[in-house]
This record gives sequence, C-alpha cells and structure tokens, in this order.
Amino acid sequence: MAFSATTKIIQPMCINSARSPDKSDTCTKLLSPSSFLGSNNKQFSINKTISPLSRRSATVVAVSSDVVKKKKVQSNPASNLLITKEEGLELYEDMILGRAFEDMCAQMYYRGKMFGFVHLYNGQEAVSTGFIKLLGNRDCVVSTYRDHVHALSKGVPARAVMSELFGKTTGCCRGQGGSMHMFSKEHNVLGGFAFIGEGIPVATGAAFTSKYRREALKEDCDDVTLAFFGDGTCNNGQFFECLNMAALWKLPIVFVVENNLWAIGMSHLRATSDPQIWKKGPAFGMPGVHVDGMDVLKVREVAKEAITRARRGEGPTLVECETYRFRGHSLADPDELRDPAEKAHYATRDPITALKKYVMENSLASEAELTAIEKKIEEVVEEAVEFADKSPVPARSQLLENVFADPRGFGIGPDGKYRCEDPKFTEGTAQL
Amino acid sequence: MAAAVTQGIGATAALSSANSNKFQFTTRRSLSERKGSSIVIRSDGNPRAGLNQHSNSTRQLVTNAVSTKPESAAASTVSKPGHELLLFEALREGLEEEMDRDPHVCVIGEDVGHYGGSYKVTKGLADKYGDLRVLDTPIAENSFTGMAIGAAMTGLRPVVEGMNMGFLLLAFNQISNNCGMLHYTSGGQFKIPVVIRGPGGVGRQLGAEHSQRLESYFQSIPGIQMVACSTAYNAKGLMKAAIRSENPVILFEHVLLYNLKERIPDEEYVLNLEEAEMVRPGEHVTILTYSRMRYHVMQAAKTLVNKGYDPEVIDIRSLKPFDLYTIGNSVKKTHRVIIVEECMRTGGIGASLTASINENFHDYLDAPIVCLSSQDVPTPYAASLEEWTVVQPAQIVAAVEQLCQ
Repeated sequence: MAFSATTKIIQPMCINSARSPDKSDTCTKLLSPSSFLGSNNKQFSINKTISPLSRRSATVVAVSSDVVKKKKVQSNPASNLLITKEEGLELYEDMILGRAFEDMCAQMYYRGKMFGFVHLYNGQEAVSTGFIKLLGNRDCVVSTYRDHVHALSKGVPARAVMSELFGKTTGCCRGQGGSMHMFSKEHNVLGGFAFIGEGIPVATGAAFTSKYRREALKEDCDDVTLAFFGDGTCNNGQFFECLNMAALWKLPIVFVVENNLWAIGMSHLRATSDPQIWKKGPAFGMPGVHVDGMDVLKVREVAKEAITRARRGEGPTLVECETYRFRGHSLADPDELRDPAEKAHYATRDPITALKKYVMENSLASEAELTAIEKKIEEVVEEAVEFADKSPVPARSQLLENVFADPRGFGIGPDGKYRCEDPKFTEGTAQL
Repeated sequence: MAAAVTQGIGATAALSSANSNKFQFTTRRSLSERKGSSIVIRSDGNPRAGLNQHSNSTRQLVTNAVSTKPESAAASTVSKPGHELLLFEALREGLEEEMDRDPHVCVIGEDVGHYGGSYKVTKGLADKYGDLRVLDTPIAENSFTGMAIGAAMTGLRPVVEGMNMGFLLLAFNQISNNCGMLHYTSGGQFKIPVVIRGPGGVGRQLGAEHSQRLESYFQSIPGIQMVACSTAYNAKGLMKAAIRSENPVILFEHVLLYNLKERIPDEEYVLNLEEAEMVRPGEHVTILTYSRMRYHVMQAAKTLVNKGYDPEVIDIRSLKPFDLYTIGNSVKKTHRVIIVEECMRTGGIGASLTASINENFHDYLDAPIVCLSSQDVPTPYAASLEEWTVVQPAQIVAAVEQLCQ
C-alpha cells in the first residue's frame, strides 16, 4: 500500500525574537509523510460508519509571526483593523482583570489571607486573553499551577476564584483545590495541575472526547481544547508523548507554550538543547508556530488559525508564545536570578500598555472608556475579596464528601452497612 | 505475628510442573519492538479450581484448564444452564456487553485493537466497534492513562488496559495525582469513571519486572477502588461493575488465571465491587485470600479437610476497600485468621488487612493474625526460585496446623 509522498520545504523565516541565540539557524522542519502505523497486510473491516484513523500523510507549515506583523502593517487603519471596538474593549477588560486580580492576590497573600504556593500571571495576560476569548463555553481549557487568569478568562467569576484562594467553601472547588487546582465544570476549565506536564494528557483526553463524540457517537461536536504550559514542561516526556498522540489521531487541540524563559530559577537556555520550542511541532507532524506573546493581537491571530484548524478536524497545532512573567515564579520566589535589564526590557513590552496604545492610536475607544473599564475591574476585584472574606470556611462535614463520586467506594463496615450510610460519615468524624 | 514460611515444596510440584510444557507462543508480528512480554503465554492456571461448594453450577474438576476439546465440554453441557468459557473470554464478554449497553464505553491500551489484546481480552472488539472505540495507543502509559482520565472527565467511560500491570508504574503519576485526586480537588465537579485493568502477579518465569503486584503500591491512593478477580464468574461480574461505577476502579487480573474454564450464567449479572466472596464456609479458621492464591488455598483446603480441619475460605475480591462485614463475621465465628496473598511481605494488602482486622475485631481473635505473603524479593527467573517466592499450598497447610493447635 503506497502513500503519496509530498515533501514541502519552506525557506527559513526570520523569527522575530529578541533572544533566539542563533538567528541564522534553519528554522524549517517539515514532516515527511508518515504511514499509518497499522498492519499493511490485512485489511480490517473497520466499522464503516467510523472513519479510520489517519492514514494520510501530513504536510506541515512553519509559520512565523512575521506573517501577522505584515498583515497588521498592510491593513488600512480606517477600515481594516484587526479588531473591532467591542473586541478591543473585551480584550482590554480581560487583561485588566487578570492583572488586577493577580496584584490583589499578592496583597492578600502578604496579609495572610492565602497560603501555600501561589503563582502569578502578571505579564502573560496576552496569551490567556488572546486565546481564551476566542473559545466558546463548551471548549475546554487545561492549565498548570499558574491558572488563576486562565480560569478568569474562561469565565469563572472572580469571586469564585478568590474564595477558592482563601480556602472558603464558596470557592470554585469548595476550597479543596486551592491556587493550583482551579476547576470549573460550568466553564469547562479542566484544571489546575500542580505537577508540570500532568495536565497535557488530560487535555489530550478532552480533545479525544471531542473527536469521539463526532466520529463514534455521531454528535455534532467541534469542541476544541487548549492546553497551556510552560517552557520547562517542554522537556518533559508527557509533552512529547501527547504531541505524538494528538498528531497521530488529529485531535482538536492546541498546545500553547507560554515560554517565559524561566522555570523557577532554571533558564530555558540552560535546560533545553534546542530552545526553539515551536520546532518540535513539525517533528511530530503538526505546525509549529512562534508568536510574540506580549502582543495580544498577534496571539489572537495565531490563535484564530490554530483553533479553526482544530475545529475543522485538521489536527493539533503547537504555538510557542514568547512571553514573560513580571513577578517571580511564585510569591515565595525571591526572584534573584533574573537580570534586571531583562526585566526592564519586557516591562516596556507590557501587553496591557501595548493594547491600550493600539486602541487609542486607532481611535477604537477613548481614554475615558478605558479608564472606566479599569475602575469597573477594580470594583469587581474588591468585591471578590469582600465576598471571599465573608464566606464561610468549609465545615467538617465536607471533609469526606468528594473523595468518591460514588461514596460506596468507602466500603462496607463491620456492621454490614455501607460506611457512607453511617451518620458520622457526613459529620466527617467517621473512622475509615 | 509470625509468618510461617516453610520450605515445603512437595505438594507444589504436581501443581506447577504438570502443564509447564504447554506454552504456546503466538508471534503475529515482529516482536523486537514490543517492550516487555513478547510472548502470549497460554499456560494453565491452577487445575484444581473447583472446590466452591456453593456455586449453583456443579463444577467439573478440570485437570487441564486449557482444554478446548469439545468432547469434555459436551459431557458437561447437556442439561445445564449457562455457558462455559475461559476467564479471559468472560472478561471480554463483560466488556462487550457494557460497550453494547453504553456507547461511551471505550477501550484504550497497547495492542488492544488489531492485535486483540496481548491476552486476548479484547479480541474481535476492534472489528466490531472500530478503531476509535478500541484504541491502539503508542507506548506511552503515563500519557494515555492521563488521556483516559481527561476523556472520563469530559463524558466518556474508558477502560484502560495495561499490557502488564507492571507497565502501569509508568502511569503512576496520572493514576495517583489525577485519577484518585481530581474528583476531590475539583470540589466534586468532575468524576473519573475509568477502569484500569491488566494482568499482574507472578507468572511462569516471566522475570522480575513482569511479575509485579501493584496492588500494594496503589492501595494508599485515596479516591480509587481496587478489585481482584479470580474466577470467570467474578471476572465478568467485576468487569461490568467496574465499568458502571462512577469511581475510578483498578481491576487486577492474574496472568495465570486467564485460561480457567467455568460455566457462567446466561443471564446478565453484575457483582458488587465492595463485597467479598465466600468460597468455602468453615468453622476452625478464616483464610482470607485473593486472585491466584485462592487456588493455592483451595488446594491446601483439600489437604486440610482430609486432615480433619474445617477452614473457611474467603476471597476478599475488594482489595480497597475491604469488606469488613463478611470478614468480620468470619472472624467472629472462627477466631483465627490466616491471610494468604501474593503481595510482598512489606506494605502489602495483607499488611493493611492485618491492621484493619486487629483494629476492628481484636476482641474476637484467639491468636495473632498470620499473614503469608510472597518473599520480599524481585521475582527470580529460575523456576525453582520462583516457586519459593510465592506461598505454596504446603505452607498454608502448615500454617493452619500451627495456628489451630
């Protein structure tokens, strides 16, 4: 059984990156056609109504943010902007919310309202906003421990996230998850994971469900999943294993790398043999894209394309967003290793400032409107804190409630009854 | 609490060597790239399977469990209800029934599709349900287990097969952190109705890494349930129960038990995940066991009965949580407990069970609990050494005799 071989070579494109160590590096890599990894001898009579898994060779395109940049320059400022006014305000509001919320978190942490490991997203708002604002409610988002803003962008109310951080029972996870485990069934936020790389397979599974619904259950389903993770994760096995599976089965997923250059104190360049993460996409048979993650409009353009690809059933995309976190890895990180010059450089590329500039220069909105948004968000965040403060802490009876979806899993006690039927069980005082 | 580990080998010789030359090596494709077990062993389980005096069907004493000869089958099928099959077929039947019943049930694992499963549990299912519902994965346990968890969170009901239970050690991250914990850390928002199953236990000279007993490693994970099947009947029933359960369930099968033949009912039945199985009621001593050791225990029971003892044998089946009702009632009756397990001595199921019984039924015990476990050694390849690592019937007999003095 022969597969037609199509190999496309794309000329090296200049990556708009202030820090690629090797600008002359050939940044191309194209997929050579892959044959279906099954038996070539036997023709299985696969259930006709289910389409066989991919047997086609894939061609891959490496895209650079130059494409987007060019687009922007060529657009007629009068009528061909990248965003409308409504979109502009929506993006602005979301990024302001993310920033204000995280700043409040820092305050609350130092006042002793929240504890443990808290990882703030300041500086990376363009990635969350740029991607998640394009999603529908049914689309899924999977994140890491730096997940507050992903949850907020997806629609989880600020008060629910703040309550969760305070450990109150009104939190989105009833206070049981904490900063690193933001979940929302209503908004399809699938976590919140403390170990890096752990969420990527879960995201792959959510994408698998989408494909399963469409192809095995014959439902009308084009839900897309976004997996967010960092540069450090890109050296982890789960990342590579999932790139392989997602490309193999053409899962509707976008792998979004938030490359902020640092994994706690480990510089990406010190940890990675080939620091250009986007290149790892084509190695597995999917497009690898590099984008300026401090520019929400560029991110949004790339995101649009990647998400549309996924919805159309064309498979996954790896998007590397060059971004930066203005604060330390967590609130416990003294952040001494990073060069102040580097921090200063990225401070000038603050995504919120950049969007504000764009909006004003293109007369999409007035300063007053933007200030109004900032005020509004300030109030939202303050209200969230008030709500969290006033909310009750979890009662003892909550301790055992969610260990099992079916509490019969606690087993049968010496008296012959299921443990969960024991009245002390709900009080949380039962002996297991 | 002494674990009497005697060096008795006598009775085991007949048991283990009888059919040791009946291996069939099935090689259907290049094996060099397949990691781990590269042969499908069709070896016998314990031929002395039939001492269950309380099953409805009359059990035929099968000397050769691999028997597929129609003559011997015909003799027993004349006027009895139900149908005969091997344990792995029972697992498949249960799985197939559940896949028919609920289209959200799917299978994920290595070689489960086109190959039909390395132990043939999923044979034919890919033809029937397609490549998506019976998904052949690349060799990436951690990731495809995580993928199953993500799929479960978003509405599917995956059954993950570990080609050998030992391979699931690579998936420990996902099983512990996500499978067990996500329902809790999400505040109850997401449920994870996965079944993780596969063959484990000490086989016939499979070597250390393919002879592992993972039940001891997984038992501490909060949020999961563990069950072990031991007969075709309970294999099918537990498979169906595990799939229907909203909790993540780990179903432990045993490499040597796949070819046990048994007659099971034609009618649909689902067993209770949390209950233990009374194998043989008795008065003198409670013997708690599970999986393959059930057969060693039953063989020892025969000897014990001849010697005038009356052991009560319970297959605990539910490794986590323990069925303390069945176990407790037994302890209250006999006042003596022996645990026979294939787990390692240290930190095994037996250790937890001992603690649990001591805690709950201390007043009813006339003697310390005896726990017979495998030696704390990596399972050796040599047959003689391998034999000594697991508990043999002679040791069980000796332990009972000592306990009941």
